[in-house]
Amino acid sequence: MTQREKVHVTLDVNGRTYDVRVEPRKTLADTIREDCGLTGTHLGCEHGVCGACTVLADGQPVRSCLMFAVQSEGLALRTVEGLADGDTLHPIQQAFWENHGLQCGFCTPGFLMLAVGYLEQNPNPTEEDLREVLASNLCRCTGYQNIMKAVTQAAVTMRS
Amino acid sequence: MEGKGRFVADLANQALCLKFVRSPVPHGRILGIESPESVTIFTGRDLEGVGPLRPVLHRSDYVPVAQPILARDVVRFVGEPIAVVVGETQAQAEDAVEQVFVDIEPFDPIVGIGQALEDGARLVHREADGNVVLDARYETEGVDQAFAAADELIEFTIRSGRQSAMPLEARGSVADYDLRSGRVTLLCSVQGPHVVRTIIADMVGMSESDLRVVAPDVGGGFGQKYCVAIEDIVTVWVARRLRRTVSWIEDRRENFMSSFHSRDHEYRISGAFDSEGKLSAVEADLICDVGAYSCYPVTSGVEPLMAMADLPGPYDFQKYRVRARGITTNTCPMAPYRGVSRPVITLAMERLMDLASIRFGIDPVEIRRRNLIAHFPYKSATGITFDEGSYVGSLEKAAEIVDLDGFREVQRTARQGGRHVGIGFSVFSERTGYGTPAFGARSMDVTPGYETVDLVMDPSGYVEARIGASPHGQGLGTSMAQLLGDELGTNPEKIRIVHGDTDRTPYGWGTFASRSMVISGGAAKMAATKLRKQLLAIAAQELEASPEDIILESGFASVVGTDVKVEISKLARLAYHASHKLPAGSSPGLLAQSTYDPAGTFSNACHVAVVDVDIETGLVQIERFVVVEDAGLLINPLIADGQVHGAVTQGIANALYEEVVYDSDGNILTTSLLDYLPPTAAEIPNIEIHHLETISDATVTGAKGLGEGGAIGAPAAVINAISDALRPLGIPVNEMPATPNRLRELIRATERATNDAT
Repeated sequence: MTQREKVHVTLDVNGRTYDVRVEPRKTLADTIREDCGLTGTHLGCEHGVCGACTVLADGQPVRSCLMFAVQSEGLALRTVEGLADGDTLHPIQQAFWENHGLQCGFCTPGFLMLAVGYLEQNPNPTEEDLREVLASNLCRCTGYQNIMKAVTQAAVTMRS
Repeated sequence: MEGKGRFVADLANQALCLKFVRSPVPHGRILGIESPESVTIFTGRDLEGVGPLRPVLHRSDYVPVAQPILARDVVRFVGEPIAVVVGETQAQAEDAVEQVFVDIEPFDPIVGIGQALEDGARLVHREADGNVVLDARYETEGVDQAFAAADELIEFTIRSGRQSAMPLEARGSVADYDLRSGRVTLLCSVQGPHVVRTIIADMVGMSESDLRVVAPDVGGGFGQKYCVAIEDIVTVWVARRLRRTVSWIEDRRENFMSSFHSRDHEYRISGAFDSEGKLSAVEADLICDVGAYSCYPVTSGVEPLMAMADLPGPYDFQKYRVRARGITTNTCPMAPYRGVSRPVITLAMERLMDLASIRFGIDPVEIRRRNLIAHFPYKSATGITFDEGSYVGSLEKAAEIVDLDGFREVQRTARQGGRHVGIGFSVFSERTGYGTPAFGARSMDVTPGYETVDLVMDPSGYVEARIGASPHGQGLGTSMAQLLGDELGTNPEKIRIVHGDTDRTPYGWGTFASRSMVISGGAAKMAATKLRKQLLAIAAQELEASPEDIILESGFASVVGTDVKVEISKLARLAYHASHKLPAGSSPGLLAQSTYDPAGTFSNACHVAVVDVDIETGLVQIERFVVVEDAGLLINPLIADGQVHGAVTQGIANALYEEVVYDSDGNILTTSLLDYLPPTAAEIPNIEIHHLETISDATVTGAKGLGEGGAIGAPAAVINAISDALRPLGIPVNEMPATPNRLRELIRATERATNDAT
C-alpha cells in the first residue's frame, strides 16, 4: 500500500492553533474531524452539494469537503464547536432550539454555520434572501420550515 | 447543535477502516478475484459458513431467495459487495480497493418490470420462476357482478419512480472487539438495534449475549436503516477475525448504489361506479420491482402485500379483486421507506376519485364525500378494522380553508391569462401503531410488533425509562418524558429515556411504521401506572392516608384537600433503604415493566396542493400546501408538526423531483446529489397545518402515530393538482415524479395529436 508523504499544516480553528501532519490530498473536512478532533462538522455527500460540512473561512461559509487542509493555512476557520460561549448558546443555536429547527441533527452544524456566516454580513435579510441562502444546504427531516423560522428569529436577536 | 452529537463516523477514529469491493456489473459470474499481497482482503470464500441471508414469509405465494453475505459465484446488481479490504485509514482502504481486480463474465441483466416479465426472460434467481418472488391474490365475493352492474368504469395505470430514502447520514458501523471477553460492541446507524443483533449473531454464528448493538445518534433513517445492512454483518465478522476494532463508513455514492431503494411500482386500476358516482368495486393489478434480493426482517413481500391489503384506504367499497406481485430484477434491493406502499396506493385511489369527479361532473370534494367511510368501526374489503377517524371532517375543513369555489374563480382568471394553476386533494388513512396481529397477518417469520418498557425510579427519585423503540430525530424522548412526568408527578427533566442499546434496554422492535409514541408510549404509560401504584402505597403509609386520596404532582405525594405531603424522592429513598418498613406485599425498590401490543389505530388527513405549471418548461411551482391532520391526542404539537413538515417535504419530492434511474444496461445513473434531487428550502412552500383530534380508544395514550402521513398524502395532492392545472389541455398525469421532462413529453404528445387532427 502506498504511504503518501505527509506535510505539516498549521490551522487556526475557533481561535486555537492546530499543528497537524496530513497528506496533501486530505480534505479540510477530514482534517478538522480526524486531526483536530472536532467531529461536529459532518460529511453528508463529500461532493459539495449537501452542505453538512459547511464551516466559516475568514467569515465566508465554505464546503470543507471541497477544500484541502493545505489550502486552509492562514484562514480563520470557525466550526460549530466555536459558536457557543461556554454554556451560553449563540443566538442561532438558541433559535434552532426554540423553534424545533432540527430533528436528527446531522445537517444542523452546516445550517448553523451557513446562517451565521450569512447573517454576520447581511443582518437584514428578506424572507426571499433567506430562502435562497438556506437552499444552499440540504435537510432531510424538517422540511426547512422551522429552519426558516429559526434563522429569521436569530437575525432579529443578532441585530439587537 | 453544539457539535456534541455522536454519530457513528464520529466514533470511528481509532478503528481500522473497511471498504467494500462492489460489483461494477448488474449480473454475471465471478471468475476470479486478484489483489496484491500488500492488500488485506476478505472474499466470500473466507466467509464460508456465514449466511446466506434468506428472509422468509410463511406463505406459499412467496419465493425465498438467498443473498450471500459477500457475493461468491454470481453478482446480481451494480454495487453488490464482493469483497472487503482493510486499511489503517479510510484513504488507504480506498486506495486498496483500486488495486483489486474482479474478473466477471457478464450476463444480460434484467432491468425493469417489463423486461422481468417477458416470456423466456433470463432468471435473476433460479428458484424464482418468471422472476416472480411474490404472487398474492385476494378476492371478495361478487366482484364480477358489481362490474357488470356498473354505470361507469374508470380504468387507468399509474407508475411511481424508484426512490431512495436518502438519510443525510449514510449508513455505517464500528465493531469493537473486546480482547478479554470476546464480546463485540457494534455501534451502527440503525433504527432497530435488537433486530440487528439477532440477525448478525445468527449469520456469524455467535450468541446474542456476545453481541451488544448500540445505535448512537442516527442521522435519519426513514426506513432505509430498518432492514439489516449486509455490510454490518461483515464488519462484525472482520472484527472477530482480526480481533480488532474495525469501521465501515458508507459514502454517498455507495448509499445510492447499494443501500435499499423503494417504491418502483406500476398499478393497473379499474373502478366500478353507480350512476351517482358511488364506487362499488375495484380491481387492481399491483406490481412492485423489489430488486435483486429480499430484505431482513420484513422481506421483499412488504411493499406488494401492504399495497394489496391497504389499497382501499378510507374509501367505502366491499367488492375487491387484487393481484399483487413482487418482481425481482438486477437492481438494488428494495426496503420500506416512509409510508412504504401507501404513497402509491393513495395516488391510485385519489387519481380514481379525480377521474370520477371529471367523468360525473361532480367537484372533487363531493365525489370523495360520497365515497369516504363515515361509520366506525369500519371493516374494509380486506378485513382491516378502522377505528374512529375524521375522513369527511378533514376533507370538509380543508375545502373550507382553501375556499374551493373561490379558487375556481382564480383559476378561470388565470387560464384566461394563459397560466395553468390547479388544485389537488388527497384524503388518506395512515395505519399506525400496529402490533403483532397486523404483522402476523403477513405471515412473517420474524413478527415485529410489541414494545416493552422497563421503568425504574432510583433512590434519588430520578427516573429511567428503558425502551425497545429506537428514536433518531423524532423527539420521542421529549414526548415520552412529558407523558411519564404527567403520570408520576415528576419533572420531565428528572426522567431519562434510555434507548438504542441492547445491553441497556428490553428486546424491542425499534422505531419505524409510525409506531413509537403509540406502542412504546403506551407501554411506558402502563408501566408508569404500576410504578405510581407502588409510590402511592408507600405514600399512604407515610402520610397515614388512603392511596385513593393521594395525588402525585410537582414532585410531591399530597393528600387531596390538605397540606399534608411528602417528597416523591423521599418515597424513593424509603423504597430502597427502608424496605423492611414497606407495606405488606411490597418488594424493595421501584421497578415496573409493561409490554404493549395493540392491534393498531388509523390516523387520517386531507392534503391540498395548489400548483402553477409552466407549460413551456414543464416546471411545477407549489403555491400553497394545506394539511388537515388527525392523529388523535397530540402529546407535543411542536414535534408533531415537525414530523408533518418533514414527511410532506419527502412526499413533494416523490411527486416532483426524486428518482433513482437505471439505464437499460443496468447501470445506476443517479449516484450523486447532482443527479438525484432532494428538494431544498427554495422548492418547499410553507406548509399550513391544522389539527383535528379524534380520540380513539384503540390506544392507551389516545395518541395515534403520524410519522409517515405527510409522505403518504402529499404525492397524490400534488399530482392531482398538476392534472387539474393541465385539464384545459386534457392531460391526466398518472406517473411520478412529474419532472419537467416528463410533463413536457406529455404536453408535446398532446400538441402533436392536436396538430395531427387539424
